Amino acid sequence: MCTYETVCICVEGSGKGPQSWLRLTQATVYFDHPVHAMAGHTLNIDLSDPSKGPSARIALELTADSARALVAAIQQALDAVPAELTRP
Amino acid sequence: MADGMVRSLIMSDSMVTSTVTITGHGGDEIQAYLARPEGDRPRGGVVVIHHMPGYDRATKEIVRRFAELGYDAICPNLYWREAPGAAPDDAAAVARAQGGVPDERLVGDVGGAAAYLRALPTSNGKVGTIGYCSGGRQSVLAACNLDIDAAVDCYGAFVTGTPPEGAPMRRNLVDQLPNLRAPLLGLFGAEDQYPSQEQVAELRDILAANGKVFEEHTYPDAGHAFFSVDRPAYRVAAANDGWERITAFYGKYLG
Repeated sequence: MCTYETVCICVEGSGKGPQSWLRLTQATVYFDHPVHAMAGHTLNIDLSDPSKGPSARIALELTADSARALVAAIQQALDAVPAELTRP
Repeated sequence: MADGMVRSLIMSDSMVTSTVTITGHGGDEIQAYLARPEGDRPRGGVVVIHHMPGYDRATKEIVRRFAELGYDAICPNLYWREAPGAAPDDAAAVARAQGGVPDERLVGDVGGAAAYLRALPTSNGKVGTIGYCSGGRQSVLAACNLDIDAAVDCYGAFVTGTPPEGAPMRRNLVDQLPNLRAPLLGLFGAEDQYPSQEQVAELRDILAANGKVFEEHTYPDAGHAFFSVDRPAYRVAAANDGWERITAFYGKYLG
């Protein structure tokens, strides 16, 4: 199956690929066939800077269980942070 | 003369592959992968429509397989405009983030690929389309809008059924199916949900009501993407049988 649903958000931050660090401006999230992971479908996240071209991308392909665990871990980590540290 | 030598004089697996430029939708020049059997025997052509993961190695293997079967075969790079020269997975990511390939553009690009094949000196004038996953839907879309001689839909989602909100392909093809111009072969997996068996039945009913030629087969032990040799979804029995059906179908309509 393909759901074709794609969620695209703007982000601020950096990520590191094999060569160097990359400033990130966009995250694309979708559930579809992976390129590399050994699963029929995965939750895929492309963290990218479109202004730097197609290869300026950090790609994740996670099983649904792994993706949910990651969401929970991110939430847990953020919940433990004093509010004054996460204000814009 | 030994049997093997006789066979080699009749047919050969030799082929020539190349990356070419074709004229796609709106007159745009786009990249395409071409595979042609050696020799000047007249033959049909096949346009291979790649899946959402892009113009990748597995798709190019399919193009070569059609050349081995005796056809001039071509796969247009549907993401060339968004990401010329990029790695297939990076190009697919860019195209997806930008909303995917519009239907109108797909028709123009496949039309350009078909015209390229028909202009080859070896062409017998006949061209078929085939696509997998999203390309399955696009193969049907092309056959509803272009002069195609045979179309194959391998588990294309949303030929019928309702696409989710925000999907790259924003609508199904139900209103276009009465315009289908070519015999259609559909190959599906019983465990697939997109397309589901209900959606395949709807396709069958619409085509029957409109007097269209529709050959179909659903494999009981297969789901989506059972032709994909590099993915866990691969089902060897279904894929082998599917290739035999494709070979017979094209032999009938493109020969």
